[in-house]
Amino acid sequence: MTLFSAEHLAMIFGGLTAVDDFSLEIKGGDLIGLIGPNGAGKTTVFNMITGNLKPTQGKIFFQGEEITGLKPNAITRRGIARTFQNIRLFQDLPVIENVMISYHGRLHSSFIGAVLQTPLYNREEKEMRDGAMALLQRVRLTDFANERAGVLSYGQQRRLEIARALATNPKLLLLDEPAAGMNPQETQELMDFILKIKEGFKLTVLLIEHDMRVVMGICQWIKVLDYGAAIAEGTPKEIQNNPQVIAAYLGEAGGKGTA
Amino acid sequence: MTFQMFLQQLINGVSLGSLYGLIAIGYTMVYGILRLINFAHGDVLMVGCYFAFYALLIFSLPWYASFLVAILLTALLGIAIDRGAYLPVRKAPRISALITAIGVSFLLENLALVIFGGRPKAFYRPPIFGKVIEWGDLHFLTLSLWIPAITFILIIFLLLIVYRTRTGMAMRAIARDMETVRLMGVDVNRITSITFALGSALAAAGGIMWALKFPQIDPYMGIVPGLKAFVAAVLGGIGNVIGAALGGFLLGLLEIMLVALMPSLGGYKDAFAFLILIGILLFRPIGIMGEKLPD
Amino acid sequence: MGVDFLMNKPRDRILTGLSIIGLFTFLYWAKGNASEYQIRLLNNCAIFITLAVSYNLINGICGQFSLEPNAFVAIGAYTSSLLTISPAEKQVSFIIEPLIWPLSVISLPFWLSLLAAGVVTAFLAFLMGFPVFRVRGDYLAIVTLGFGEVVRVVANNLQNITNGPLGLKGLVPHTNLWWSFGFMIFTLFFIWRLTKSSFGRAMKAIREDEVAAEAMGIRSFRYKMMAFTVSGFFEGIAGGLLAHLITTISPALFTFFLTFNLLIIIVVGGLGSITGSVISSVLFVFGSEALRAVEEPFSIGSLQIPGIPGMRMVIFAIILIIVMIFARQGIMGRGEFSWQRLMDGLRRAEGRLRNSR
Repeated sequence: MTLFSAEHLAMIFGGLTAVDDFSLEIKGGDLIGLIGPNGAGKTTVFNMITGNLKPTQGKIFFQGEEITGLKPNAITRRGIARTFQNIRLFQDLPVIENVMISYHGRLHSSFIGAVLQTPLYNREEKEMRDGAMALLQRVRLTDFANERAGVLSYGQQRRLEIARALATNPKLLLLDEPAAGMNPQETQELMDFILKIKEGFKLTVLLIEHDMRVVMGICQWIKVLDYGAAIAEGTPKEIQNNPQVIAAYLGEAGGKGTA
Repeated sequence: MTFQMFLQQLINGVSLGSLYGLIAIGYTMVYGILRLINFAHGDVLMVGCYFAFYALLIFSLPWYASFLVAILLTALLGIAIDRGAYLPVRKAPRISALITAIGVSFLLENLALVIFGGRPKAFYRPPIFGKVIEWGDLHFLTLSLWIPAITFILIIFLLLIVYRTRTGMAMRAIARDMETVRLMGVDVNRITSITFALGSALAAAGGIMWALKFPQIDPYMGIVPGLKAFVAAVLGGIGNVIGAALGGFLLGLLEIMLVALMPSLGGYKDAFAFLILIGILLFRPIGIMGEKLPD
Repeated sequence: MGVDFLMNKPRDRILTGLSIIGLFTFLYWAKGNASEYQIRLLNNCAIFITLAVSYNLINGICGQFSLEPNAFVAIGAYTSSLLTISPAEKQVSFIIEPLIWPLSVISLPFWLSLLAAGVVTAFLAFLMGFPVFRVRGDYLAIVTLGFGEVVRVVANNLQNITNGPLGLKGLVPHTNLWWSFGFMIFTLFFIWRLTKSSFGRAMKAIREDEVAAEAMGIRSFRYKMMAFTVSGFFEGIAGGLLAHLITTISPALFTFFLTFNLLIIIVVGGLGSITGSVISSVLFVFGSEALRAVEEPFSIGSLQIPGIPGMRMVIFAIILIIVMIFARQGIMGRGEFSWQRLMDGLRRAEGRLRNSR
């Protein structure tokens, strides 16, 4: 069942072509990796999918509906969630509220209800809080529930980012370099975690990563970008042995871990 | 409206537009490199006028010397404000810088009130500017010709600096990416101060010419021209110097035309600029020369 | 924090209730015993607190830097006044052009005029929100500032509605301590509850990182509108209260000066802290009075120091700049008052006193 498809996406800024003729089809339950040297256009693709950028060309479809050019909040409400490469948490808000925010798209009470604290409002508030707590449990951050998000360590902040993305109740989860800055042990935990939540929340995952351990370890299918264009696509084994991919990566001293 | 009247208003509009343009350039340059609306810019203009006033009065310098001295002093004032008030909040969130700018604006206005007094003072108009030219039904001061002429020269001068000097190149580079320029070893703070100096000098020039045109100065005189000049800068495309000049001309002409064509609405002319602002932001936020989207 | 600290536990409810009763007892006493000057100060306090807390909602909580108060206060003041002034008084005041019908014949009760003031201002805030929230940051400031200018210019020119520069006079001084403090309590309650609710949370998220908030499904435009309209509502009614306190209004009263004062208040109190705004407003009202001394001549020993009019505002401007450079978070930062914290603080102080013996 095709859950998501991007067709001939292109992003051109002034004279610069950041992404050129990108197409991708994702079926429900897939775990797909998007890799490529720095500046290849991977985050740009993400930004087009999530509505932060309007594609210069091309269309995007999700669950049969065209979502090209919709605003980010509309896309999230349709079931696509994302994390950010450079962690954009609400620093000053408590950890639990960072997660609770993601429920707001689905609330029904009015602001008058909120001021008067009507039964409906109180009920939704409790559900939100309980749901958020449950997610915090999954990412082992319950001890920090009432602390400011800003005090968390880097690894903890990454986990919170994922938790709040999950709170939006997505069907498709976009992870932007989730393993960045992690040591080998944390990376392994992350890989297990991704597989577990994929199973537990029935997710489809598209991830950008530089760490080849993660990509080769959990992705079923990989797409490779270089200078904005797709240069290869295939299973981990195929990609590992693809000379073009190797050349693209050797061209820059990148790629952590052994293939 | 007869052709004569039209010409008359055109001359007025060009005069006014030149002044808005000169002042707008200061806003646009500072916004370009710092992404800051220098609320105090209009008040800097006012201080420039008072510098000129007292240079004439106390030191009895000939008028051209007084005006030059005033412009130089105002440039220094611009640097002082940048270093004293804006530099410390450079790393702070943008709102902090804005609030500081409002604080500086208020400080200048009230200091002027305290030091110079609130009563408007008459500004000396040198005879060379005061001669009346008559041409058919047209009456105008030689000033109305001098203003666009001087403005033109100043703008060319500024454009030469911005586009032909290394400093100007640095300014343009910083407008695109401050961090990278800093990493390349350029003294960003120095360039910023120079930008403020130039902008303030132009504002002083504009202010003095304004005071020549409407020969009265008071501590609050910079507020309305300042705000309108900002609208002009947005109209022309914020960050773009030529745009600011164009925006200024356009705004000045439109304002005069509004009053000429619909005199009963004359009282609303100050509100007019803001309606234009809202219109631009709604329909074409990048302005005429459209370089960057107001972010 | 997410948990409501003033009304959650029964103990807190009782304490809050008692405080309010205490306040009103004080006001009752003040009505009979305080001088007119002192009562005027108290009224000013209440109105400024109301204004500051409302202003803080859009600026501090939602993080949208707006310079709207003088516009909204003006609209509320004029709306309320035009509805309460008697037809006879209106005829006397509008000497250049008569007031339009039906305003010329209307005279509504005070409370209704205040409600109208709030609704009209909120509605205008709503309309304004459409162009205004298309832009962010600095532009928002200029646009709202410009709106204030537009309101002033319109008020100055619309002879047959606002009476132009002459303004409106002959207002009945309806505003007394009950009205001003009563409305203040209502405003505090409403905005406190809103801020602590999921809506307040969304507004804060928008303040912290709007892009991230949108990515989590939040329709930021909606929440900004909400904050702006609510601010407008309360600022409008405060305007009506103000008008009926000073009994004469004119366009010259509602300049940027008012906005600037409120800006200092909320910045010094702590952008985003309701408690901070309350404390700061009180400091401001009494501080302004105290600083008045600077503007009058006074003597130290045999030295006669002449008064410097306008010095007060210079001092306030300097305070603002210093706070921004050295203590950006203000008095309360983003923290709020809570009975628990007060108790803890008192207990700690008691402990220290005991240890030092």
